Parts: sequence; structure tokens; C-alpha cells
Amino acid sequence: MPYEAVIGLEVHVQVKTRSKMFTRVAAGYGESPNTLTDPVVLALPGALPVMNKTALDRIVKVGLMLGCEIAPVCKWDRKNYFYPDSPKNYQISQYDQPICQGGTVEIELPGPSRNIMGEHLRIPLTRIHLEEDVGKLNHAGRESLIDFNRAGTPLMEIVSEAALRSAEEAFAYLTALRTVMVYGGISDCDMEKGQLRCDANVSIRPAGATELGTKVELKNLNSISFVRDGIAHEIKRQIAVVESGGTIVQETRDYDGQTGTSQSLRSKEMAHDYRYFPDPDLMPVKVDEEWKARIRAGCPELPFDKQRRFFAEYQLPYTITAVLTPDRDLCDYFEEAAKSSGQPQAAGNWIANDLLRELAAGKVALADCKMRPAHIAGLVRLVEAGVISNNIAKEVFVELFQTGEMPEAMVGRKGLKQSTDVGELDQWCGAAIAANPKSVTDFKAGKENAINAMKGFVMKQSKGKANPRLVDEILRAKLRAPSAGRMQ
Amino acid sequence: MSSDLIFKSAAELAALLETGQVSSVELTQAFIDRRRAVDDRVKAFNSFDETDALAQARASDARRAGGEMRGALEGIPVGLKDVIAVAGQPLTCSSRMLANFVSPYDATVAARLKSAGAILWGRLNMDEFAMGSSTENSAFQTTSNPWDLERVPGGSSGGPAAALAAGEVPLALGSDTGGSIRQPASFCGVVGFKPTYGLVSRYGLVAFASSLDQIGPFARTVEDAALLLGAIGGHDPLDSTSYPAAIPDYRAEIKKHRGPWKLGVPKEYFGPGLNAEVAGAVRAAIEFYQGAGCEIREVSLPVAAEYAIATYYIIATAEASSNLARYDGVRYGHRSKEGSDAIDLYFKSRAEGFGPEVKRRIILGTYVLSSGYYDAFYLRAQKVRTLIRQDFLNAYREVDALLAPVAPTAAFKKGEKSSDPLAMYLSDIYTISLNLAGLPGISIPCGFTREGLPIGLQIIGQPFQEAGLLAIARAYEQAHGWNGMNPKL
Repeated sequence: MPYEAVIGLEVHVQVKTRSKMFTRVAAGYGESPNTLTDPVVLALPGALPVMNKTALDRIVKVGLMLGCEIAPVCKWDRKNYFYPDSPKNYQISQYDQPICQGGTVEIELPGPSRNIMGEHLRIPLTRIHLEEDVGKLNHAGRESLIDFNRAGTPLMEIVSEAALRSAEEAFAYLTALRTVMVYGGISDCDMEKGQLRCDANVSIRPAGATELGTKVELKNLNSISFVRDGIAHEIKRQIAVVESGGTIVQETRDYDGQTGTSQSLRSKEMAHDYRYFPDPDLMPVKVDEEWKARIRAGCPELPFDKQRRFFAEYQLPYTITAVLTPDRDLCDYFEEAAKSSGQPQAAGNWIANDLLRELAAGKVALADCKMRPAHIAGLVRLVEAGVISNNIAKEVFVELFQTGEMPEAMVGRKGLKQSTDVGELDQWCGAAIAANPKSVTDFKAGKENAINAMKGFVMKQSKGKANPRLVDEILRAKLRAPSAGRMQ
Repeated sequence: MSSDLIFKSAAELAALLETGQVSSVELTQAFIDRRRAVDDRVKAFNSFDETDALAQARASDARRAGGEMRGALEGIPVGLKDVIAVAGQPLTCSSRMLANFVSPYDATVAARLKSAGAILWGRLNMDEFAMGSSTENSAFQTTSNPWDLERVPGGSSGGPAAALAAGEVPLALGSDTGGSIRQPASFCGVVGFKPTYGLVSRYGLVAFASSLDQIGPFARTVEDAALLLGAIGGHDPLDSTSYPAAIPDYRAEIKKHRGPWKLGVPKEYFGPGLNAEVAGAVRAAIEFYQGAGCEIREVSLPVAAEYAIATYYIIATAEASSNLARYDGVRYGHRSKEGSDAIDLYFKSRAEGFGPEVKRRIILGTYVLSSGYYDAFYLRAQKVRTLIRQDFLNAYREVDALLAPVAPTAAFKKGEKSSDPLAMYLSDIYTISLNLAGLPGISIPCGFTREGLPIGLQIIGQPFQEAGLLAIARAYEQAHGWNGMNPKL
């Protein structure tokens, strides 16, 4: 029997702010244990929380970017449970009035091949709310150590509807969500640093059925690939259980990405009663139209909207846009180069191919790169104007990248300006024909490729400076001429 | 000299310091000596540091000599209920749980006292985590009422009230969640003032019930209470529930309000259960105001009278159950030696660290917040709370303030109610609704019982109108000499 998977994701994203969610101490990663703490983080007797307004700004921004309805009031609740990573033994969160409700995340599924765009879907969201992160437990033998540096970091929980139908869709959803977060400056979403974490609710049902099956919650999916693999594994596991006559138990399972296996953590019987109630230490905060308008003004264009604009405005091919659009800074870089060169496609090619290659090879961040959009534009203009050949441009690219010298200056300094002197070219072409009788014969016999040997000869003679288009024209003219090689 | 000093008002002491008739070191030493002389009987102090107090006093004298006085409390000792954090001082909340805890930081009120020049003198006893009305719930000792050592000083701020009445401190800070400043003030014959919720920062006040807790002054006179309130009140960015507005100079303001006022008498507060002697003293005070030209009107607080106690014990315990979750023995505080794993460690540390009343309230609070009960208890209690506030606001359409008893009786005997939690809860019946409504209320001495026990008059004011409320209290105080009477120890 064919089955259909029903998947909902709960994604936690750390919000990038200077200080923590409810106190002035710095938020950060990689500091010595328990140094990013104060009376509030450690829940000392008498300490009180004060809301970080920047964190609220950020979640409102996410909500506006994803088309959520923004609650008129930001209300805080306490989620009560005892665990050593939670200093107060309650977490300040949002229960019945999340700051964002509804909204969608646009995703792209894999296309039939790498250079063909895949199908787009809009995955509906249930809610997004703000809360505080917990500390980190490190177990070492019989000892357990707690580091509260992470505790109190602003954390967003993004809950999707159970609208995903495959591991691939989940993968695409997370990829798209991460891109939106990075675009909005909400979070760096570095999964290795725990800035993005994902739990998945997975169930299966006979294809076409409308009732939901029993769901299993997968935890500790700590990379986007593990999310895909973990879900794929869980779907297979559930199908196997059902096919062998068993029933799915509602439980939480831990997926181990290294071994590709999962094991049960706890069953539903141990579910918590969190005793939510409004936090009396925090007054509700009004999010009025003016507030929203201010945030809206700072919302960036969404990645897929940008991609559609790049198709329409610059006629870029899909493959180039697919490389550019995940990176907002790279897109800005491209647009600057495109506008100042007047050649968006050429600029796009240089950036998507050569620039990214050099950035990766040198492990250089775009922001630190000496080659600016003006360099790309200069190079494009030089090639377009026929001042240098494409080959020369490729050759000097690495040096331009490394030194930051302007292309025009380098071409002048090195004397790379290609020759368009017809007399000079004519001489070189004549010599090429004289030196390559076999190629001449072959070309005349219809072997089109044979002309390349003669072009190569000219390039070698001219040290690359001969204008290839002119060389091609002159060679063909000479070879076509009835007198050529047959002087009578 | 020292016996003259210990019962003087803070305003008088400030004048003596100002004119150089006494130094802060001499003054502080007088209170140190007094504590040594009487506290083995009164038992108001959980801890104290004479060396530190004298060092603070010397620093104050040096500032004065150098013309660098800090503020209105320069050189004057202030005792703190053992629930307010002072950096480097113990903060026990009279609980085994925090018996060895020393605060690494200052509460906002502690920082403000320091910047007003005060000498922070002593940690004063209380009911454990401020839960109780007699200090009998202290894990360490039961404070005695200085007027009759066989009786309780009231609670939960019994230590501050008794220390002040016994002349061990000239000023003190307490906290009031359901009457915990006003009731002990009335039992001990001193002034106790609970400001409007939000007027004084709660940052560094160990939370019992966050939406009800408020720090307030204990003093010998209304003017002293105004002085102390002026030093600690006002907006604090570290407390989100702090009222974002500047406060007036209360000490100057109270002299400007002269009345006559329209005063309300809640009829429900004089029903059965009110001791006849207490009723008599309060009625006499009402007659005083009438004689002074005030218009007295009977008002009704039907919801507050009927439902305040029930509402309070749902909201307060719910908040407490969550506020006290942090005491788990992991980061600080009592840690059981028996815990087999993290959760077991919690169970055992909390079982060993908390006393019976605290456990009772945690269990009650946990219950009312539980899934399936929340709507019936907590949510409904919040709705009733709104109605209780409305009761008062309705009354304030007709009158400026309300006159009422503080407690149904004068100080009761130790052990008299400690085995009956409900009887104990009922001793807060006239004070508790103010906390639910967030209103300011003051207890001032208004007479004595035949047995020589002080009786308190409660005056209930309008939100953030503390100056007017204090002026009404001062009018009575100036016409009577109750605050000049001190217990014989």
C-alpha cells in the first residue's frame, strides 16, 4: 500500500542581539563557561527580567517578512518545568498569544536537473513566538556540568503546520527558512553553534487518507541534512512497523545522524504539565501600527522575490540566480556590478563562477574581499569594449582578486590591451597560414576546427593581445580568398 | 545619651547629625548597644555585622566632614527585612533553603539607601519567604512582640516591626504581599506603609508573589515614612513593573495637604470577627477625623470583603509555586546530600530546605495552575481581582481615602494560631484586598487594648497618591501622642 508522510517542523532560531532576552549581560558563543551570566541569568533570589526590545523588533520583522499576523500585544508566560539547564525552573515564553500567527514560508523543491528550477510551494506556519534559551549540560562520566552562557539568549520558535509531505520538502523548508533569517539579519543560523535547531513531528497514513496517523517527535536533528535523513529514516521505520502489523506509539525519538538510527527517549505518558500562566514580572508590550511600520521599512526583499526580479530585470539564467539569491550581500554586490557595467549577465557570470571560486579557494568572506563590484564592472567593460580578450580577463582575474588593483590600471600597466591594428593582425594571420599548411588544407576540406590551430598561432605570436574576433574575421577572409595559397 | 537616641524619629536624628550634636558612629553604636541589650528577648535580628555598620558610619561621618553628604538619610541606620538583597550580606528569607546564602548584588532599594547615605544595619527576621502573619514560620527563631514577649509581632515583616518598636533600629524596610508590613506595624505600635504597587522597585526583593509584593517603610512617624519612601521610591529600569514616573518630595508634600478630606468607612470591615477593642479604637479615630471637619461616608466593598482571601490564596500561591521553583539546590542554597540524580536532588533539597507553610503554598499554587484547573481557579481569581479593584475605584468616586482596621485583633499569643492555617490567613482579611487592587495603605498607631497592646488604624489611599494618604495619616498622628509611647524592655 502506498503511504503518505505528514510532517510538521518546530524550528528554534537564536535571535542575534547584543544582550540576552531579559537582562543586560552579553549574548555570545564560545566564551569560558558561566562568564555570560548575572543575577538574572543565574536566577538569583530577587532578580527580575526586563525585556530586550531589539529581540522583539527582530521577531516582528520575521513575522512581517513571512506574512504573519502580528499580535497587538506582546504577552509573556511562564512555562514551568524542572530541569538543571533551566535556572529558574521555568522558561519565559509565549503561550496563548504568540507574537506571530499564520504566514508562510516559500520553498523550492529540487528540479529535474541542477539547472532547471524546481516546483515552488508555500508552507503555512502555525505560529512564531519568542522565548529564552536554556543552559547547556555537559555530561562527563558521573559528573554533569552546566554552562549558563547560552541561558537567556533570545530564541524564536517557528512552528509549521503539518503541511510537509517528504524529507525533501522538510529540507527545502529549512533551507528557505534559514535564508530568510539570514536575509533579515535575524540570526546567522549556524547549526554547529546551535543557532538553528529543529524538531520534527512525523506521521504516516495511507496515501489519500484525510485522518492523521499517530505522530512521533524526532529530536536532536542538528544539521539540515540530518533533518532530511532523520525524517526519511522515520518514515521508513513507521511504514515497516505498520506493514508488519504493528502500531505506531506516540513518543519522542532521538535520531543519531552518525549511525543513521533512532531510539525512543520517552513516551507520551511522561508528557509534562507546564502550568503556563502570565508572567507577573513582565508587563505586556503594545506593538502598535507605528512600531510595525518602522520595522516594515527595514524588511528586505525576500530571496525568491529577488530571484524572480533577477529573471525579469536582468534576464539571468536560473543557475546564476540559484547561486546568487541565497546570499543577500552577494546579490547586492551583483546588482552594483550589473548596474555599473551595464552587462548584468556577464557580471553575473563572473560573480557566480570566478568570484565565488576565488572566495572559496582563499577562504575569504565577501565583505573582506578586495575585489569590489567596481572591479567586476571594469573587467566586464574591458572585455565588452574589446580592450582585452576574455582569456586575458580570466588570466588576470586571480591577480585582481588578490591585489584589488583596478582592471583598467592593470591592463595599462601590463600592456595587455589587445591589438586591433589590422595591419599587424594581417601580418600575424598571414604568417599563421604560411606556417600551418595542413590546417589550411583541412579547413578548406570542411574541417571547421582546423582554424583553431591558426588562431592559436596568432595568439602565441601576439602574446594573447590579438583581438580574437578580428583574428577570426581576417583568417576566414584570407582562407576564403581564391588566391590564398594558390598564387597563379 | 544612647537611650535618648534610640526612640527618636529619623527626622530628629537627621537634625542632630546635621548640627553635629551626634556622629553617625555614636548613633550606630547606640543601636548596636540596644540590640545587644534586648535582642536575646526580642529576636528581631537574623544576622548583623557591627564592624561593617560602624565602618559605614565612619565613612558617613567622613563624608559629612568633607561636605560630601549623599542624601536625606546620611548617617542614619536602616534595618532590612531578610528578603532584600544587599551585596555581601546574608539573604536568608528566614529559610533553611538560603541559610548560608550571601547576596552578590544589591537590590535597587539597597543601592538607593546607600546613595542616600544610610547605614545598612542588620538582617531582620520574617516568616519564611514572607509567608505568614506571625514570624512563627521563620526557620530560625520566632520574634517576640516588644509590648508583650509572649505574643507575636505579626508578620511576615515581624522582625522589622519588632526591631523598630524595641528601639534596635530607627527605620526599617519590609515587604507587603497581603498585609506583611501593615499588620506587624499595628501589632507593634509603629508606622508601616505599603506603597502603590509599582512605586518601589522589586529588583532584589526575593519574590513571594510578584504581582502583589511591594517594599515599604517602617518608621516611628509618618514623616519618617515619607522620608524613607522618598529615598527608595521611583522608577527603576531593572523592574518592568516599576511605575515610569518621577516621584514628589513626600516629606515636603505631606505638609501641603491639609484637608478636610472626604473619608470612607467600608461597612463590611466592621462586621463580626472584629475585636471590640480594636473596633472601638478605630471608631474613635474616625470620630477624630469627623471632628476635624472631614466628611465621613459609609462605603461598600462587597466583592473585596467576600472574595479577597480566596482570590489572594489562589493568585499568591500560584505565583509563589513558580517563583520558588528556582530553589533546587543546584546553583546555590540548600543541597541535600542524599540526591541520587538531578530530579531526586530537587525533591530532597526542597523537602529538607522548605518549611511546612512554604510547602503548603507551593502545593496549593501548583494545583491551581494545573492543566484542567487553571480556568476554574487562576483565571477566575484574576477576574475577581479586577472586580475587587473596581470596588475600591467605585468608592474613590465619593471619597479621598478609606479608614479601616488593620487586623481583626491586636497581637495574639505565640502558638495561638500556628496550628490553624485558616485562622492565620483570616488575620489578613482587612489588608489583603489592597495588594490585589495594587493600592497604597498605611498602618498608624491609634491606641492600646486594656492589656496594653497597640492597635493600628489603616488608611487606604488612591493609586500613586501617597502624599495625600500620608498627609491624612499625619493629621491624626499630630493630634495624638501614640508614637511617643514605647514598650518597656
